[in-house]
Amino acid sequence: MCHQTVGLIAGELERRGIATTSVTMLREITAKVRTPRALAVPYALGYPLGKPGDPELQTRIVRAAFALLEAPGPGPVLAEFTSTWSRNAP
Amino acid sequence: MASLSDLSLKNRIFMATYRYRALDPVPFARPRKRLPEARVALVTTGGVHLPSQVPFDAAMKGGDASFREIPEGTPVEALRIAHKSDAFDQTGFQADRNLGFPLDRLREMDTRGEIGSLNGRAFSFMGSITAPGRLVKETAPAAAALLEADGVDVALLVPL
Repeated sequence: MCHQTVGLIAGELERRGIATTSVTMLREITAKVRTPRALAVPYALGYPLGKPGDPELQTRIVRAAFALLEAPGPGPVLAEFTSTWSRNAP
Repeated sequence: MASLSDLSLKNRIFMATYRYRALDPVPFARPRKRLPEARVALVTTGGVHLPSQVPFDAAMKGGDASFREIPEGTPVEALRIAHKSDAFDQTGFQADRNLGFPLDRLREMDTRGEIGSLNGRAFSFMGSITAPGRLVKETAPAAAALLEADGVDVALLVPL
């Protein structure tokens, strides 16, 4: 249910002009809620940023989520994170 | 990726029959500033709270729609979790709070100039809200108004 909560809070922020991005482990639910921007990660519930004690992977996920801010609208924008994601990837 | 088939039968039945509340239309704000100039706030729905705060009420019918303010200077290892969902494993989060509340990662990005600044407070909500009426009418708009007053440009939302 925390994925629905993310989408509903994001909606309130967007209405006030605050651009949001988010991470999702349950792509199907995020798609149903129509969360404005979400990065689908290939990890289990409880592991949105991948692995504990792996700041490099965590940072790549956060950067990939922020990169969705550059996506042209309209929303929802739902993209996949892959562990080989890099900012300079083609 | 986690999928619905990974969840317990009880959770799968609930999620298959639950009518999710959808955003329609989808509010979609253009970022006002480029990320290296933007003020960024972190919002979690993992039910984390400071030891000094009243924990979320995991037993509340329909879910606890309240939220907690987490000051930017909080050491993440001090955070506790009130999210007693049986749908996910908390072991990772207990080992490294940044897994669900990446405040240290955002601080590092702030230091490197990848984001303009990190907002002075983050907000934490509870995840397991099955009756989101109060969330939508009251608490999410209240948190959004506070972040707007803080001058936040971009929010990163992380479920657990």
